[in-house]
Amino acid sequence: MRQEQSRTNRISSTRPGVWFGLGLTAVFMAAAGYAVFFLAPEERTMRAIQRIFYFHVTSAWTAFIAFFIVCIAGVLYLVRRRPQDDWLAVSSAEVGLAFTSVVLVTGPIWAKPVWGIWWTWDARLTSTFVLWLLFLAYLVLRTLVDDPERRAVVSAVYGIFAFLDVPLVYMSIRWWRTQHPQPVIAGGAGSGLNPQMRAVLFFCWFALTALMALLVHQRYRLEALRHQIATLRLLAEERTERHELRQ
Amino acid sequence: MSAANHPVSLVRGASAIFRKELRMEMRTRELVNTTVVFSLIVVVLFSFSFDPTSEESRRFGPGLLWIAFLFAGSLMLQPSFVREQTNETLSALRLAPVDPFAILLGKIVANFAFLGLAELVLLPVFAVFYNVALLPVLPRLLLVLALGTLGIVIPGTVCSAVAAQARMREMLLPLLLLPLLTPVLIACTEATAGLFAAPPELASIWVEFLAGFDVIFLTASYFVFSYLLEE
Repeated sequence: MRQEQSRTNRISSTRPGVWFGLGLTAVFMAAAGYAVFFLAPEERTMRAIQRIFYFHVTSAWTAFIAFFIVCIAGVLYLVRRRPQDDWLAVSSAEVGLAFTSVVLVTGPIWAKPVWGIWWTWDARLTSTFVLWLLFLAYLVLRTLVDDPERRAVVSAVYGIFAFLDVPLVYMSIRWWRTQHPQPVIAGGAGSGLNPQMRAVLFFCWFALTALMALLVHQRYRLEALRHQIATLRLLAEERTERHELRQ
Repeated sequence: MSAANHPVSLVRGASAIFRKELRMEMRTRELVNTTVVFSLIVVVLFSFSFDPTSEESRRFGPGLLWIAFLFAGSLMLQPSFVREQTNETLSALRLAPVDPFAILLGKIVANFAFLGLAELVLLPVFAVFYNVALLPVLPRLLLVLALGTLGIVIPGTVCSAVAAQARMREMLLPLLLLPLLTPVLIACTEATAGLFAAPPELASIWVEFLAGFDVIFLTASYFVFSYLLEE
């Protein structure tokens, strides 16, 4: 019991490392905000609204990393059955969904003044939306299975399927129609980004990835705590039962 | 995982499951009947949302047809594993000396046959409603139909096994399956629209895409399905 207790304390108390990570991420995010508004040059035709691109594009990249983690954690869970892998999967899925929501909200805010419409059924837009739906379905599935091990197995399978589906969704919609601005990073000839814009963009990505790591870590700790509480509750019930029996 | 570990070969195991599913369906005919009626209702009701006599409807028709098949599939695949659970035959399947993938394969082939049959019944009705000439493009249409139906039933049967283990499974299966099937819907609609156009043509890119989709999900199912059967 003593050992159990010390483990609980270890998880629940906010360790200095977390505060350090939080502070560092806050500094990165603030610096990214400053860079976007004051360091990045103004785009000639789109003016100020173009600045949303630094967070829009990088949120999409970050969300993609998070969903990749969901898939990998799912595979790892199926192979080695450590509950920790499942905790990582659900944490990344929730954080990835949040970042995808940022993409889906900032996109139309940018599109309205530039394209004149909120939404267009273009390849990247639509596949991001389908991606969002897929991981929403993943989280709904998790709420509907009670047994933790069952839940981990079925959601691992669905997470792998959902991630496999993403490139297929993208390709099919791309061949169907496309209107999105051509990729400016690693795009074809004639594309390209001002070096200063590129630096700001990558710094924003770095800051958002740090934010994602922080959020996933916090969410993971929450999941670990829940697990701990469930274990303790079980232990307490066992003890009460034994106590009652003795009486 | 490999068939070598099991006394019954993959093909024999799968065909035993397939024959069992077929026998059950022959006795009740409930799956194919309800699927045909359901997709007929979808096609008729959706036609009210636009003017079906216009030239425009030629462009909506194929999408409508595939929406009907997708919805029908997501409902028809429901009992595939739920039935095994309620009858407690799932434990028997677990104990069977076959590769778990054989069970999935047998069910996929059976579901393919049922959904395909329902589609074949619906197709002439659709052709009459929307004034499409089926016969000149029939072989190519059957190819699209076969690849598209496989695209529905492969992830669909696995999702059916996933949903069977959750609460609210009747609503959960379409929710899990339909977003996964976005690429199938697009590819099938585009391929079918090409075949119904004048002159009819089939873009090979969509056929290759559908074949790729089927292979990718069948391979993924091979690796993950045994975990879904665990107790």
